[in-house]
Amino acid sequence: MTIFDKFRGIEHRLEELKALGGRNPFDVVIERPLSSTVGLIEGRETLLFGTNNYLGLSQSPHAIEAACETVRSRGVGTTGSRIANGTQSLHQQLERRIADFFGQTHCMVFSTGYQANLGMISTLAGKDDYLLLDADSHASIYDASRLGHAQVIRFRHNDPEDLHKRLRRLDGTPGAKLVVIEGIYSMTGNVVPMAEMAAVKRETGATLLVDEAHSFGVLGPTGRGVAEAAGVEKDVDFIVGTFSKSLGTVGGYCVSNHPELDLVRLHCRPYMFTASLPPEVIAATMAALEDMQAQPELRTRLMENAAQFHGGLNKLGLTTGKTVSPVVAVVLDTIPEAVALWNQLLTLGLYVNLSLPPATPDHHPLLRCSVMATHTPEQIDCAIEIFQEAMTSLKAEA
Amino acid sequence: MSETVPDVSVLIINKLLANPKVPRNITGSSKIVEDLAFDSLAVMNFVMEIEDELDVSVPLDRLAEIRTIDDLATCIVSLKKGA
Ligand SMILES: Cc1ncc(COP(=O)(O)O)c(C=O)c1O
Repeated sequence: MTIFDKFRGIEHRLEELKALGGRNPFDVVIERPLSSTVGLIEGRETLLFGTNNYLGLSQSPHAIEAACETVRSRGVGTTGSRIANGTQSLHQQLERRIADFFGQTHCMVFSTGYQANLGMISTLAGKDDYLLLDADSHASIYDASRLGHAQVIRFRHNDPEDLHKRLRRLDGTPGAKLVVIEGIYSMTGNVVPMAEMAAVKRETGATLLVDEAHSFGVLGPTGRGVAEAAGVEKDVDFIVGTFSKSLGTVGGYCVSNHPELDLVRLHCRPYMFTASLPPEVIAATMAALEDMQAQPELRTRLMENAAQFHGGLNKLGLTTGKTVSPVVAVVLDTIPEAVALWNQLLTLGLYVNLSLPPATPDHHPLLRCSVMATHTPEQIDCAIEIFQEAMTSLKAEA
Repeated sequence: MSETVPDVSVLIINKLLANPKVPRNITGSSKIVEDLAFDSLAVMNFVMEIEDELDVSVPLDRLAEIRTIDDLATCIVSLKKGA
């Protein structure tokens, strides 16, 4: 018996995966990005369709310039926590900008989106409270439920009626009820039925937190996310999100009109006990936010691209989610099938994410693709052709 | 309506047997993870079906203490009594 025995199962599964296709799917190296849409992988120029870099802003010249200038004047890091030596004027500026962008009074910035969920959810829902989570919630939300002390109740994915039923069962119990949902679900691309969820919140008096990680910069007339798109922002108590997707940098945030958000700073361990964002990241994030606001056409193009890619894959006979969103998940029946197709795509120059159960809903393996505003229509056609070619060559082998 | 632990155990077993992958010889003392080969997600999804049937919500932290079908039945009965 050793401390490593518990890893033998995963070691064995990894060997099986490698045997199925040659590669370790968790060890793909992008040697370097050549642009927002093309990277060098295994020495080949590879189309990137699995980066979450929805607006392509990781390569924004404006953000790069801002980061360079700031790193020269301020150095590379803060060496401290937000509540000690880690708050510079830039952190407060960024919080102001994010709050203003959302039209909310208060904002807390975290070092990652994972920590924003971990911190907000575990801190808001205390010992006598109830936390109601969508069954398909992101790992950061499940982990938050384990860090905190609330009673945790799961409701059926994207099912406002089920949520309502579970809230009704709690009628008469003391303690606050915090409902957590996501704008766009990261694995499947499913969009939350936001207006219906907001109605349940209004009827039951629950507190509502929406993780807009994948919908910030993507949905809504000004890119504020699913709540803006559905016209129910006033029903949302807390919006959480990340800079690591549409803004192309790193970091997380929570915005709210509740002034008590400032008190959360002094209770929230994932905020207090970690170093704050480095100045150059903040500068790049603010610049990327300016890009996003100045170029609403990025969102239009993103949705057009999503529709082109989604339609193209469906035409090939592949099963995807029904709603068109920038996350397009191809659902496959078996793991060997998914692994073989994923390997073949990469060999032919297309990178997508391989997602395997139990990290996926319903025990199906997924080839999770994400579309970008900066993909050209030709690149999208090319990606669809690679899918077709990979499927044909696998059929010929079988 | 007041279910007893044996009632709820029978209901759970019947629900489980509707799944052809579940071994036919399960009893109240069968262990959910070990004997049924359910992973954590499968357990949560299965409990959701039972919750619907009995109109009760089992908090995830209570689930962590449950090993056998009878444990689950006991937990549900106590939740329904408002414990
Ligand atoms: C829904 C959701 N929430 C939160 C996160 C965490 O964000 P970050 O990568 O910034 O830590 C992610 C992405 O990983 C996500 O998909």
